[in-house]
Formats: sequence, structure tokens, C-alpha cells
Amino acid sequence: MTIGLGHYLAVGATLFTLGILGIFLNRKNVIIILMSIELILLAVNINLVAFSAFLNDIVGQIFALLVLTVAAAEAAIGLAVLVVYFRNRGSIAVEDINLMKG
Amino acid sequence: MIFPALFFYLFAAVLIGSGVMVIASRNPVHSVLFLILAFVNASGLFVLLGAEFLAMILIVVYVGAVAVLFLFVIMMLDVDFAELREGFLEYLPFGLLIGGIFLAELIAVALGWAISPNISSAVGSPIPANVSNTEAIGLVLYTKYIHYFQIAGMVLLVAMIGAIVLTLRHKVNVKRQNIAAQNARKKATAMDVRKVASGQGLRDSDAAEWVQ
Repeated sequence: MTIGLGHYLAVGATLFTLGILGIFLNRKNVIIILMSIELILLAVNINLVAFSAFLNDIVGQIFALLVLTVAAAEAAIGLAVLVVYFRNRGSIAVEDINLMKG
Repeated sequence: MIFPALFFYLFAAVLIGSGVMVIASRNPVHSVLFLILAFVNASGLFVLLGAEFLAMILIVVYVGAVAVLFLFVIMMLDVDFAELREGFLEYLPFGLLIGGIFLAELIAVALGWAISPNISSAVGSPIPANVSNTEAIGLVLYTKYIHYFQIAGMVLLVAMIGAIVLTLRHKVNVKRQNIAAQNARKKATAMDVRKVASGQGLRDSDAAEWVQ
């Protein structure tokens, strides 16, 4: 019973699908949507690292590191926007955001 | 050699389970805690794959920074989360349909795909033997991919400045220290020496100025 590349890709695909599903199901709660995006990026990282390990190429891990950076920046900016939006509206409901346009 | 397989299935099962709980949990605080559990298990998978450096970075960056940031924002904002959960069941069939189609597509891709036999000639930077994972990453990251590394630093800088600019606000009614005004104060403007005639007591004309 050896664990191959396909096993890791299956985990990544399932996690990616869960992230997509989270965006669809929690259409009102921005915080859960941001967490779903983090799940999606984590799935991408699992794919990159799995390919890196099984193809014996270090570049996959470099790119996983860059994805990690972008994910951290995205979370910081997203949460800052969320805080500003909450100050303006007193709620974080996604469907009211189109009321904010000039 | 059953332990690697055992731990793979353990980490994968907890990872998927906590991923489900992240999107299905009623309380967002529980969602964040399950997100942390998912990250810890993903880093376990990374260790199994031999990417120890990324595993530790995942713990430090995600659990130490991102998840705590989420927790902080959730607890700071006074949001009625029960109201936000309305419509969860309404979107459930449609969401499951989309998710099922998506997963089926991914599985179809995974089944109808094979690694080219001469892939080893296409490998850009093979992992060197007899070198730790951290050293192997450093050998490539600071030489071949130094521009990517610097651009990643710029991305983080822009994110930091953007987050500060977005959330910083000056309230009108708060007294703040005005350092320029303090430094501009001289003895001539700050003090006023008066000759007071002795034995006459306080006069009304002086009192009006002193009260100011």
C-alpha cells in the first residue's frame, strides 16, 4: 500500500471543491467566503508540493511559497476591507455591497 | 512500512473533515478553529511529502498570522451571525450540484492523465541529494528565483500599507499630542513675568487676566 501522486491530488481536488462549495453555500457571510478562499489556496499548495516531491523538482515548493505569500496578503487586505465596510454599514452582508457604489 | 500510508490517511481524513466543518459550522469562531486544524493537518501532509520547510512556514504564517487575524476580526466586529446564515439551506441543492459537477470533472482529469516517461529531462531544478529541504529551497530561491522572492516582498509591503491606509482613521474628538506645536513653544511665548506692587493685594484688573 504505497501512497502515490494520485492520492495527494485527490486530497487537493476534494479540498478545492470544498472551498468552491463554501463560497456557494455561505453567500451572505464574507468571513466564511474569505476562509473558503484560504482553503482553495491550500489545495493549490498541496498540488504544487505533491508534484514537486514526486517529480523531484524543487520549483514546485518555491511556487508554493509564493502562493503562501499572496494568500497572506489577500487575507490582510480582505479583512481590512471587511472592517471598513462594517464601519460604514454596520453589517457584513455580501448582497448589500452593491448599495455602496457611488 | 505501513506507517506513512497510515499517517497519510489520518492527515487526509482530518483535513477533509475539518474543511467540511469550516464551511458548515454554525459559529464562525468554530470555523476559524477548524481552519487551523486543516492547516496543521496539511502541514503534516507536507512533512510526509518531504517539504519540511513549507510545513513549518504553513504553521507559522497560517496558524500564527492569518487564522489569528480572522479570529481577531470576528471577535472585534459585532455581527449577528445567525442572520447571515439564512439561506444556507436554500443554496444547498444548487451548491451541491455545482460541487458535484466540479469534483467529477477533477476526477475525470485525474483518471485520464499520465506522467510523460521522459519527464526527468524537463525538470528545471532537481532536488539535490544529501542536502536538507530548507537548504535546497534556499539554494534555488536566492539565485534563480531571486526576482520572484523580491516581488513577493513587494506584495507583502503593498498589502501592509494598504491594510493600514484602509483601516486608519482620525477621530475628531480625540486629543492628540502635537509635537510640532510643543517644539515651537519658546520661553517668550510660554511665560509672562509681571511686576506686582507689594502691599496692595490682588487688584480686579490683574484678576481678569489671571483667570484666563
